[in-house]
Amino acid sequence: MSLNYDSALEIYEPTLGLEVHVELNTNSKMFCGCATEFGAQPNTQTCPVCLGLPGSLPVVNKRAIESTILIGLALNCSIAPFSRFARKNYFYPDMPKNFQTSQYDEPICVNGSLDVEIETDEGNKVFKVEIERVHMEEDTGKSLHVGGSTGRIHGADYSLLDYNRAGIPLVEIVTKIVPNTGKYAPLVARGYVAALRDILRSLKVSDVKMEQGSLRCDVNLSLSKRGSGVLGTRSETKNVNSLRSVERAVTGEIVRQANRLQSGEKVVQETRHFLEESGQTRPGRSKEQAEDYRYFPEPDLVPVAPDGKWIEELRKSLPEKPAERRKRLQQAWAVPDKEMRAMVNAELLDTVEQTVLLGADPTRARSWWLGEISRIANERSVLPTDLITVSDVAQIIELITKGELTDKLARQVVEGVIAKEGTPSQVIAKRSLKVVSDDSQLMKAIAEAIAAAPETAQKVRDGNIPAAGALIGAVMKLTGGQADAARVRQLLLKHLGQ
Amino acid sequence: MAAISRDEVANLARLARISMSDAELDHLAGEMDVILGAVARVQEVAGADVPPTSHPLAVSNVTRDDVVTPSLTPEQALSGAPASSEQRFKVPKILGEE
Ligand SMILES: [Zn+2]
Repeated sequence: MSLNYDSALEIYEPTLGLEVHVELNTNSKMFCGCATEFGAQPNTQTCPVCLGLPGSLPVVNKRAIESTILIGLALNCSIAPFSRFARKNYFYPDMPKNFQTSQYDEPICVNGSLDVEIETDEGNKVFKVEIERVHMEEDTGKSLHVGGSTGRIHGADYSLLDYNRAGIPLVEIVTKIVPNTGKYAPLVARGYVAALRDILRSLKVSDVKMEQGSLRCDVNLSLSKRGSGVLGTRSETKNVNSLRSVERAVTGEIVRQANRLQSGEKVVQETRHFLEESGQTRPGRSKEQAEDYRYFPEPDLVPVAPDGKWIEELRKSLPEKPAERRKRLQQAWAVPDKEMRAMVNAELLDTVEQTVLLGADPTRARSWWLGEISRIANERSVLPTDLITVSDVAQIIELITKGELTDKLARQVVEGVIAKEGTPSQVIAKRSLKVVSDDSQLMKAIAEAIAAAPETAQKVRDGNIPAAGALIGAVMKLTGGQADAARVRQLLLKHLGQ
Repeated sequence: MAAISRDEVANLARLARISMSDAELDHLAGEMDVILGAVARVQEVAGADVPPTSHPLAVSNVTRDDVVTPSLTPEQALSGAPASSEQRFKVPKILGEE
């Protein structure tokens, strides 16, 4: 009989470990001046240093060091007064040097922590995830495996290498083991990556785009039999590339390992690959034979020894913590929990804040970005901010607040701006979208509506107020939707003696 | 006792992807043992007051500003490659690894 998630957790306790690789958003590479632009033509961003040509010498990018220290500080790490680079030697064509320059036994940041808050059916819970180290290294090139089953290594005839990505600054953030998360392990893993991503974004050190690979997560998981106190063998699931996948990978590994153990088999220490379609993992390289990277200090680079003054300057530049900022904004805008989460999940908090900073009412700003604009953006698979600017939205909201646009007219303005008909005021002029606020014009339409439906009008006169709805509708139609319905209702009822 | 065994030398050769005959292994194991012995003598001289060093210069924090400099053209980058295709370096298929 096979175990499902719940029954697996009755018998086993999961232990997590998470390794996150984040590409920094520096202009140039870690050790050379090559550009780091994403999506450039193959091998247009390489030089003798990042191609590992003989005689070339690396020099460390200062901003990469500062970004790494900022990450360490934001994760409550100690910054090492002395740290070094090492060569991690391996033969694989994704690194033309035959080694990756990385930090090994002397990383720049150690011993931090990150509070991860997750929602559970027992209310919100906070798990403190301890950080082992934050270190600097460089990204590898991109391989394209040709022939056989395309894209996969097995059965490939040959591989094609693009070294544009080789040498882009990469920071690896490694947690200590995360014990006692129980059934919440998948949510804690996901929550950790989400919280880390928010921090990295607030520091402006990375694009943190999981789908483009600038943030990648490896999930380590092991199970121990409840009460045994013995840690099990762990598997490492590589390159899990979305928050949802992180959660699914942990869930999937718990079930897979529990079933193996339950049927008397062993968990093999190995690298596994996450399969996006099924949420399962498949085995990759076995790690039974421990890798021997023959690390040694990089002789071409001198140590990084940040002094107290440098570190304090960086500490002073730390932005407000995302979790604190969220609480502050939620209070200031009086947003209910559920709506706040929706805004955060849609990654529209910054956008809404910018709109509010331009004077827009917070509730309106939120409902326009999350409602109409997100809806159109979803239909077209683009980001809401690709469609319309913050200042255009702020302007439209201001006109609604002033009573110069109804919600219905405003939707047309948004539509026009998205269709590139111009600025909000140009769209309003072109489409003649002004609210009819002239009472005499409204009265003319009201008289017309009453003349067309005298029986309905009589009902209203006789006290049947709901019947006015049809007449208001008719007036709105006559004014092309450009009247303020509340004002029409007021005038109409007064006119009919109500 | 030897500082390095013949098996260790064979393992290093494997890690460095250098193919070696039995005779070469015998020969090198002996030579490397002599080299390591000489290094060990230096280690004996260094007292507890001498910090380990990885670099002959007592400097740190040599950095460059984050400024983009011109790269090679793809033609230049690929000019030394034994094979290329689609503006990429072409390498033999990789076996037994993922
Ligand atoms: Zn370069």
